[in-house]
Amino acid sequence: MSDNLVEVRGLKKWFPVQKGFIERLVTRERQFVHAVDGIDFQIRHGEVFGLAGESGSGKTTTGRLILRLVEPTEGSIVFDGVNLASLGDEEMRRLRQRMQVIFQDPFASLNPRMKIGDAIGHSLEIFKVATGEEKRQRVLDMMERVGLTPARFFYDKYPHQVSGGQRQRIVLARALMLHPDLVVADEPIAMADVSVRALLLDLMLQLKEEFNLTYLFITHDLATAKYICDRIAIMYLGLICEMGTLEQVYRHPQHPYTQALLAAVPVPDPHARRVKRLPKGEIPNPINPPPGCRFHPRCPHATAICSVEGPSLTEVEPGHLVACHTRFPA
Amino acid sequence: MSETTFSPVDTSVDWAVRKHRSLWGDAWRRLTSLNTARAGMVIISVLLVGALLAPVVHHYDPKTDSSLRDRLKPPSGEHILGTDNLGRDVLVRLIHGARYSLLVGIISVGIGLLIGGILGLLAGFVGRGLDNLIMRIMDIILAFPAMLLAIAIVAVRGPGLNNTMVAVGVVFVPIFARLARSMVLSIREQDYITAATCVGVSRFRILFRHILPNTLSPIIVQSTLGLGSAILWAAGLGFLGLGQQPPKPEWGAMLSDSYKFLAKGAWWVIVPPGAAIMLAVLGFNLLGDGLRDALDPRMQT
Repeated sequence: MSDNLVEVRGLKKWFPVQKGFIERLVTRERQFVHAVDGIDFQIRHGEVFGLAGESGSGKTTTGRLILRLVEPTEGSIVFDGVNLASLGDEEMRRLRQRMQVIFQDPFASLNPRMKIGDAIGHSLEIFKVATGEEKRQRVLDMMERVGLTPARFFYDKYPHQVSGGQRQRIVLARALMLHPDLVVADEPIAMADVSVRALLLDLMLQLKEEFNLTYLFITHDLATAKYICDRIAIMYLGLICEMGTLEQVYRHPQHPYTQALLAAVPVPDPHARRVKRLPKGEIPNPINPPPGCRFHPRCPHATAICSVEGPSLTEVEPGHLVACHTRFPA
Repeated sequence: MSETTFSPVDTSVDWAVRKHRSLWGDAWRRLTSLNTARAGMVIISVLLVGALLAPVVHHYDPKTDSSLRDRLKPPSGEHILGTDNLGRDVLVRLIHGARYSLLVGIISVGIGLLIGGILGLLAGFVGRGLDNLIMRIMDIILAFPAMLLAIAIVAVRGPGLNNTMVAVGVVFVPIFARLARSMVLSIREQDYITAATCVGVSRFRILFRHILPNTLSPIIVQSTLGLGSAILWAAGLGFLGLGQQPPKPEWGAMLSDSYKFLAKGAWWVIVPPGAAIMLAVLGFNLLGDGLRDALDPRMQT
């Protein structure tokens, strides 16, 4: 068995742009949003793999592709040796026991008409693992483990009767109920109060040890990623621009975009002065991404070749991959 | 709250799990705290009592009820709301007529809800070709003015109470279909539906366990408001002679029987049935508005 739980190869997702009737008459050309435009990475068993980038960089789409909530345009996803594209609907449904998701918005991700206990135990019923009293007991155990105590007090409540932090614990409990291998956490703490963020992250790490989990942790916040991730990939406009261990990416960022992102992370020291190297301009339109390197219009180090040829991810040191022609070690 | 779990409280009671109000219980509490909804409920209760109790308490046979000596008597102690052109007591007929109005309302809304609801759910959930097919048919039905469509259906099928119910029901089908479809479309994009998919819930279960319960609130509101308009349409058809046939005491038919006598100053033959229709519609509209507030999907804590 390989030590990769997930292998992503050449993954692409282009969303067709919906056009009005008149527009379709005028132009034949079909346009696509290049949400994810050919990425490769591996997630190893038992690690926390971070996927970071601005909004619109394709990180959420990548997460959804791995969960097969959207079908890829091109490329393959291999989950524990199984190519997801080869699975039929029913096989995929069974495999879902092993991969779970936590969404950003704990308010939208719980059915307002389902009691908390029923929501957490839903999967037990679906896969006929446990019913009745046994289900109740297992749900109560899980609720205690994620810190919803006293569990009996929460079991019969409805989602609108509890707080946001508690909701995210409910979502966590629901995801872990069937003991999955992979949990895709899509900005799981972005909507939580700052005061409970660290608590939730610690809880996630603790549960990871307890249940032998692997996380795909999607975030736009590099400070959060630093706290929880083992390895991290930085995405920009549907492509990975730098990937490596936390140490490699944070200590020795090689891609100008990574450097800019790291420079933007607030430093908890009022006297610290930093060199502002924020990229100029906005993230370009993913319908017509710039030719060559996607980052070149905003890159402070761009050279002639950058606007012509897109750089490929190359290994600069073992495990540290960068997609840049110039590479200015910081 | 959880400090109540400490002794020296009665340990035979599990304080942690005591009383959780159900969602419907919450909604009921909000509903009864609204004055307009309360007024609506009072009016509807009176109607219901009239409709349910009148046939039990007092046997009324419209065929034999006429007393030509008492024609068009104004309100008095004997006939509280006076008598009509055949000497029939207006109040008695009014109370017995409540049954027809409520019946038409409930059955026709039921028809619309059942057929329209199922079509809308399917259109929204299956999507694509089926969605287009169903919704275009609904558009065609909606293109006809409601009253005209009802008249056309009754004209084809013949006048009578049953056909009135069918006609008004058909008018409701596209209304409920659109509502159900739009609810399904908005709910199925919610994260909790995606989360349910991820947990491995089948499509069928997602529809019935996750989507359907969340579409109920607006459908209940629409049904209540629909009862009001159904009563109005039924009375309209009755007035045109297409609904319940005289001598049965349907409110619309009562109006059309007696409006000619208004010229003779007999206002009491025309005002009570008119007021009854107005109050019934008002009652259901008030309740519907109250329900809209009480069942607000945002559900204030």
